[in-house]
Amino acid sequence: MADILFFVFAAMAIGGGFGVVLQKNPVGSLLFMVGTLASVAGIYVLLDAHFLAAIQVMVYAGAIMVLFLFVIMLLNLGHDYRDDIKSGLGLFMAFAVSGAIAGLLARQLRGAGDNPLLANFPGPEGMERLLAEEGAIGAIARPLFTDYVVAFELTGILLLVALVGAVAIAKQRV
Amino acid sequence: MLVEALVLSAILFVIGTLGVLVRRNAIIMFLCIELQLNAVNLSFVAFSRYLGIEGQIFVFFVMTVAAAEAAVGLAIIISIFRHYESVNVENFNLLKW
Repeated sequence: MADILFFVFAAMAIGGGFGVVLQKNPVGSLLFMVGTLASVAGIYVLLDAHFLAAIQVMVYAGAIMVLFLFVIMLLNLGHDYRDDIKSGLGLFMAFAVSGAIAGLLARQLRGAGDNPLLANFPGPEGMERLLAEEGAIGAIARPLFTDYVVAFELTGILLLVALVGAVAIAKQRV
Repeated sequence: MLVEALVLSAILFVIGTLGVLVRRNAIIMFLCIELQLNAVNLSFVAFSRYLGIEGQIFVFFVMTVAAAEAAVGLAIIISIFRHYESVNVENFNLLKW
């Protein structure tokens, strides 16, 4: 059952990804992106990352995509149907570079499943035990507020800096 | 499910790369960068199922930084649009040789 769901979500994510790249209308692209993010959230659930799946839907598919949509509509790009996909040499170079990256990744992934290093780690059973003991949120909250608390507080400062920076950059006249 | 998730992550990353290189609309290029970030997040989550919870914590931080990056990046795009009346990257050739 989990395997079938995984392939359904994977197909939706890949289809949505191609939709993002090929759709001429920016709003259409954005809606495909929301579909892709939601499918990836479904895969997170299958991979036992329940909290991240919720965050993915709320923060990514919700807040960040609404921000993109807001900017597209503010700049009135929604009915700009001019084809902005490159052609000729640019298209060839784009396919060459992504093909090279795909080849590298395929070479790295060959035989990744039976890598002997994986035997040293707890595996899916360890994660299931952790989730049963602490719950989906407790498992991620305990290290976040103990071992990684400095990074967590710095993230708060980063968000404040980004907030002030975004307002300063987008302001009408400096 | 580890290898399947890693293959999906690689495919999404390549689609994102293709989008960044193929499109000329700055907002769509930015959207494709988000797709690449998501592909990397997916491989972090896939590994964290085997290697411990730390991978998920890293994804949490990546999402926060992505949110900050989206806010600043979109502000820059708005500011560029005010100047050039366009978000097509072909028009921004000031630094091109």
